[in-house]
Amino acid sequence: MPAHSTVTETHVITTTGLTKTYRSPRSRGREVTALDGVDLHVREGEVYGVIGQSGAGKSSLIRCVNLLERPTSGTVTVDGRDLTALAGRGPRAGKELRQARSRIGMVFQHFNLLSSRTVQDNVELPLEILGKSGKERSRKALELLDLVGLADKAKAYPAQLSGGQKQRVGIARALAGDPKVLLSDEATSALDPETTRSVLQLLRDLNRQLGLTVLLITHEMDDVKTVCDSAALMEKGRIVEHGTVSELLATPGSELAAALFPVAGEASGDDRTVLDVTFHGEAATQPVVSRLSRTYNIDISILGAAVDTVGGLQIGRMRIELPGRYEDNVVPIGFLREQGLQIDVLGREALPVKDGAQ
Amino acid sequence: MTWTDWSAMRPLLSQACWDTLYMVGWSTLIAVAGGLPLGVLLVLTDRGGLLQNTPANKVIGQIVNVARSMPFIILMVALMNFTRWITGTTIGREAAIVPLAIGAIPFFARLVETAVREVDGGLVEAVQAMGGNTWTVVRKVLVPESLPSLISSTTTTIVALIGYSAMAGTVGAGGLGDIAIRYGYQRFETGLMWITVAILAVVISVIQFAGDYAARSLHRRGGQTGPVPRLRLLKASTATGKSV
Repeated sequence: MPAHSTVTETHVITTTGLTKTYRSPRSRGREVTALDGVDLHVREGEVYGVIGQSGAGKSSLIRCVNLLERPTSGTVTVDGRDLTALAGRGPRAGKELRQARSRIGMVFQHFNLLSSRTVQDNVELPLEILGKSGKERSRKALELLDLVGLADKAKAYPAQLSGGQKQRVGIARALAGDPKVLLSDEATSALDPETTRSVLQLLRDLNRQLGLTVLLITHEMDDVKTVCDSAALMEKGRIVEHGTVSELLATPGSELAAALFPVAGEASGDDRTVLDVTFHGEAATQPVVSRLSRTYNIDISILGAAVDTVGGLQIGRMRIELPGRYEDNVVPIGFLREQGLQIDVLGREALPVKDGAQ
Repeated sequence: MTWTDWSAMRPLLSQACWDTLYMVGWSTLIAVAGGLPLGVLLVLTDRGGLLQNTPANKVIGQIVNVARSMPFIILMVALMNFTRWITGTTIGREAAIVPLAIGAIPFFARLVETAVREVDGGLVEAVQAMGGNTWTVVRKVLVPESLPSLISSTTTTIVALIGYSAMAGTVGAGGLGDIAIRYGYQRFETGLMWITVAILAVVISVIQFAGDYAARSLHRRGGQTGPVPRLRLLKASTATGKSV
């Protein structure tokens, strides 16, 4: 675990058996399952990414966390409070649920800022709902705008801001109620890559500075790679893989790891052995490739590599090619495994393991 | 009296102007006070609304439809007892305000409904996510965000009310329309009729210009929040084409 991480072992968001089915009015009586028994555990202080294609149910999932959508069954617990129990029966949110929501910040893909209010008044809105005095509201709003780097835009209207600035206002607004948890619903999907990076960086900084737990959903693998401590992959309303980034990487056959650290390259001949070397943790600091080359006096070609520094540690994967068939390379492969590296030999399928990366 | 006899015409016209503004002013105030909550309620109780209640929505919708399909002159007669109960009389300016206001409430309510429906649903959701209740949503989102449209709707209502106030002359309420009918049409004083029509045209132009200006300057200040598709834009029935 990275040294300056704020992650603790307490679960701050937990969903158990979360199911959501819609009965769309068009397809008479036919039910659409958006969530199919989702168990999610987000630890305090981490940035948790949920990734999946559109329609996978990730949006329903995040909207169920603050009960903007009522789950059909299952429970949602945020910061020790069972929100599903607070919700009551009707479609309207009762007082207790509304109070709980004010401690959960949310940022949206389309920012959802009120066009009739200035930037400062937008940030003050949650404080008005909390019944804070005018003086306190403006002090807090200006402080938050400073935190997101928009102190000079307090009197501007949202229409006068760029997309990235709007999302910063959205983030400042989400923080106004001093939330423990921030939900980010595709917050960067409407932004260009440059702005996306700066907004993600801001979320990361806030996570570090304030110990804020962030649950973000996205369809961009890059977002996960940039900021997330943990990630989950959703398909058809279910979580098919989940874990910390290095846990996922250590899981043979992990789709998420393959997508996060894609390596490509084919063997250059029949009498070659191609290996995928996955390194994470301590092993990553060892110069294994050159040591292997020297020890066994073999030529190694690197076919592809995807390496990243996550929390100060190098993690990633590399595809290398050794001369000779697999049978000739048993000893070097054994050497690599002894170094604590995970080795997958291409063409000799490891058993794909799914849903077991914990 | 002929239409060139300005000294005789002036007090007549100025009294008529004042009567028209008096009737239209009060009935607009009442129509806004009644139509705004009614229009918001129509949106809130609709399917998918925050206070979804289909029976209530149907009932309110029907009342609004019936009231709007009644020709104003019939409405005035039908409301006579009610008018007497409120104002103590059925003739004069005060008495005309009652049917004018009641006729304009459903008209304005439909315009409000259309305006409020165009508020982006994401904003409502954002306020809910902050812990706001339905009243907060109405006060902080639906009304302020649709304000430019609401001002345009008020302008339309005022202009429509000026038209209907002409009929109020039949209950002795006076006003510009009444002059045009009684002097211009019934006594063949064509000149006076045209002067009245000209004054009405000027009054309406001024009101329309002021309303458009207010709506535009509010809109410019705000603008759009983003590339958000306006939700349920086409669901509301358009209210502008029908008479009160």
